[in-house]
Amino acid sequence: MALATPRDADGRAMLGALGLESAAELFDQVPESIRLSGALSLPGPLSEPELLTHMEELAQRDLHSGTAPCFAGGGIYDHFSPSVVDHLIQRGEFMTAYTSYQPEMSQGFLTAMYEFQTMVSRLYGLEVANASLYDAGTGLAEAALLAYEKTRRDRVVVTGALNPQYLECLRTALGPELGDMLTHVPHTDGLTDLDALKADLDDTVACVIVQQPSYLGTIESLPEIVEAAKAVGAKTVVCADPIAMAVLQTPGGAGADIAVGEGQPLGLPMSYGGPLLGLLATTRDLVRTLPGRVVGATVDSRGERGYVLTLQTREQHIRREKATSNICTNQGLCALAATIYLSVMGPRGLRRVASLCVTQSHRLRKGLAETALEPLYDAPFFREFAVRSPIPVPELQARMGDAGFVVGSDISAVTGVENTVLLAATESRTDAQVDAFVHALKGAI
Amino acid sequence: MNEEGLIFSRQVPDGGCLPLPGDEDTDAQAQALLGDAKLREEPTGLPDVPEWEVVRHFTRLSQRNWGVDMGFYPLGSCTMKHNPRLNEAVARLPGFARIHPEQHPAQVQGILRLMKTLEQALIEISGMDAVSLQPPAGAQGELTALLCFRAYHHSRGDTHRTRIIVPDSSHGTNPASAARCGMTVHTIDSNAEGLTDLAALDAALDENVAGFMLTNPNTLGLFEPQVEEICARVHRAGGQVYCDGANMNALLGVSRPGDMGFDALHFNVHKTFSTPHGGGGPGAGPVAVQAHLQPFLPVPRIVEDADGTLTLDDDHPETIGKVHSFMGNVGPLVKAYAYILSHGADGLREVTERAVLNANYLLSRVREAYELPYRGQPMHEFVLSAEKQKAAGCKAVDVAKRLLDYGFHAPTVYFPLIVSEALMIEPTETETKGALDCFAEAMLAIARECEDSPDVVTGAPHRAYAGRLDEVQAARKLDLRHDPEGEG
Repeated sequence: MALATPRDADGRAMLGALGLESAAELFDQVPESIRLSGALSLPGPLSEPELLTHMEELAQRDLHSGTAPCFAGGGIYDHFSPSVVDHLIQRGEFMTAYTSYQPEMSQGFLTAMYEFQTMVSRLYGLEVANASLYDAGTGLAEAALLAYEKTRRDRVVVTGALNPQYLECLRTALGPELGDMLTHVPHTDGLTDLDALKADLDDTVACVIVQQPSYLGTIESLPEIVEAAKAVGAKTVVCADPIAMAVLQTPGGAGADIAVGEGQPLGLPMSYGGPLLGLLATTRDLVRTLPGRVVGATVDSRGERGYVLTLQTREQHIRREKATSNICTNQGLCALAATIYLSVMGPRGLRRVASLCVTQSHRLRKGLAETALEPLYDAPFFREFAVRSPIPVPELQARMGDAGFVVGSDISAVTGVENTVLLAATESRTDAQVDAFVHALKGAI
Repeated sequence: MNEEGLIFSRQVPDGGCLPLPGDEDTDAQAQALLGDAKLREEPTGLPDVPEWEVVRHFTRLSQRNWGVDMGFYPLGSCTMKHNPRLNEAVARLPGFARIHPEQHPAQVQGILRLMKTLEQALIEISGMDAVSLQPPAGAQGELTALLCFRAYHHSRGDTHRTRIIVPDSSHGTNPASAARCGMTVHTIDSNAEGLTDLAALDAALDENVAGFMLTNPNTLGLFEPQVEEICARVHRAGGQVYCDGANMNALLGVSRPGDMGFDALHFNVHKTFSTPHGGGGPGAGPVAVQAHLQPFLPVPRIVEDADGTLTLDDDHPETIGKVHSFMGNVGPLVKAYAYILSHGADGLREVTERAVLNANYLLSRVREAYELPYRGQPMHEFVLSAEKQKAAGCKAVDVAKRLLDYGFHAPTVYFPLIVSEALMIEPTETETKGALDCFAEAMLAIARECEDSPDVVTGAPHRAYAGRLDEVQAARKLDLRHDPEGEG
């Protein structure tokens, strides 16, 4: 890449105009005691071809889903993304823009975010959505804080199998005091134990959090959970997979107040777990306490329709310590990717993706009957399911890696059963890959 | 004006072309497999649009948007520098983009080596002892460091330390992040030079102080020459000092926050290390800390075994926990790594030198026409006031909107809060003298227009993608999604 320097002709001309001999004089106000005398010790510089070679060499050390079909799940999935998605988000007008603080120069992005909010709120069956958060884990924390604010209560109850990483994010973000007030009603056979949940609910609970499909891939029945929460005046937060929303009852349809989700399946690469896309939708009465950026329609001085960032008085740059959240930079380009993805897929395409998740994961599960891996639960599942492995999971990962397949890590902390792992199959997994995976399992164990 | 409606206006029922295998039987089969699960009853309401129409729609939307690729973008505090395409290419290598975070570490030694080397580079650049790459944005980095401060105080039995001091010139995320981790916020006034007022700081320091948050150079673009003394005083009072690293582009290879006495800082890789802002993200906000805060950093940490193998280590009992679902915004981190290696140590120092040179040169070209309320020599950015223009009826926002007509993005306006009618200008290093001269000429021309024809300025923009938008109406009559009659 071309590097900027103060030593080119432009640089020398500007130094001359300022009456300076060298750029070093520009730093006179930095006290000598803390001015670096020597050079930093860093690798490089590498020219563009050298850097490419170096990066390719590093990347080749990793086992990737391009050559090793991925059967790992747990929140990040190897979904298919149409080529147009990555092509369009790399248009410089989008990719090299800042946040749309000057709406007259940002109508393109703002329009897309308005479309994003429309699609996300519709997917979740709720009335409003924001313009993205970092990811589902920190999104859950934002949702919980929203519920605190609205109910003025201080307990959060998590029910069923929640992604342990999300649970950890939630605890961290709530901080030691509120984090200690968090209770977790464990799952029974992969699903919420409704009686245990009800026993833990009282009028100090701000919200009940449930994941749909659960971390273990099982499909929860939301209406009973919402009803139990409503009975004590608590909000319900559903952490819902956006692909599953094409076929499963929505959080809004079940009467929930808040939906959070991980948007990575909507056209984003796995990228070792980031950048991700936090989705958030709520009922309309919560709109003025939403965290993050929100785009609204308005008119311009010529009377034409246009879009702006609105409700900014909730945000940190105006409200400072009284803001509804500290979030500033969000995941804008990821939200744009999801908008394009959902536009290309359309209603029938998203449905087909969901259907294929179901059929391919069930094909996989059926195939396992011939192997030494045992599924743990019988409840309906969407895209993944938990199995017990006769050998330690890291060993399973290694053997299957040698056979050219990616398997996720040990989740026995969630199942309570030794050597358990999630196996996922998306629409990216062909019948032949599923069958080859099953065959390889038989050989590996 | 290129009127482009919403994607929903391009709908053709059954017009979408499915880029997927299977047929309607697949859908029926899936439904049967879901057994007694409760299913969606209402349509998803997604648009049904052929792919070529999707391409046209988003291409046309892009033509109504302004990025660094199109021209000068002097948004102060945001460091809108060129985004090298090499970085985009390498971040998309399948060995980085197509790997799952729960793969066995032995299968992802490439990305782990990259991340470990990036940690070491950030340690060297900041002069700190340890780095966590996990925070996905600057504000999350602030929160991470403040949670570490809190955990540190608690580990010493100082549970009463719950006050955070911030200058009145600080970024809004600073007090918002402090409030987020249960701290109370105490704001102190800056002194007449726009710098930290040591007397005000002393008055605010007591046995309950958890820390002080300072941006250096500060949001006026001024280096805090007393920074060592500031850190020493906060430390004497038992507090920790946080460096908001938003302005690290002014310090690369010149001076290091760790040497100044700071205990923690965050980087914004989307500012300093050229990863695209993407219309508001994704960025990444790695946090660097001194050794005494290391036990509290988020988990997992990347550790190197004796044989050079990298593994992930969750076993840190004092950790604050996790601040991202997985390992952070890895994509932007790959780009930041590529940027640092492209430059090397000398190259990064030249980045800073050119950024500061560009800012000082630009200031010299425009200062005759605009007030400069704080006179210190700026580093990588400077803050003008449009008070002179306001006297003629044109406010900072008008000057900003008029710049759009001249083909430039506007500077940051009305920030920092201590400058009335603020215009905060940061040119970055990736501008030629010619581009800076053009912008300076526009600023001078607008200053003349404010005197001669203020209506032209207050009515701006005249040639942007839209006329001035009514933000008051947007907030009053909330319209946050497409809701036509009889649909969705």
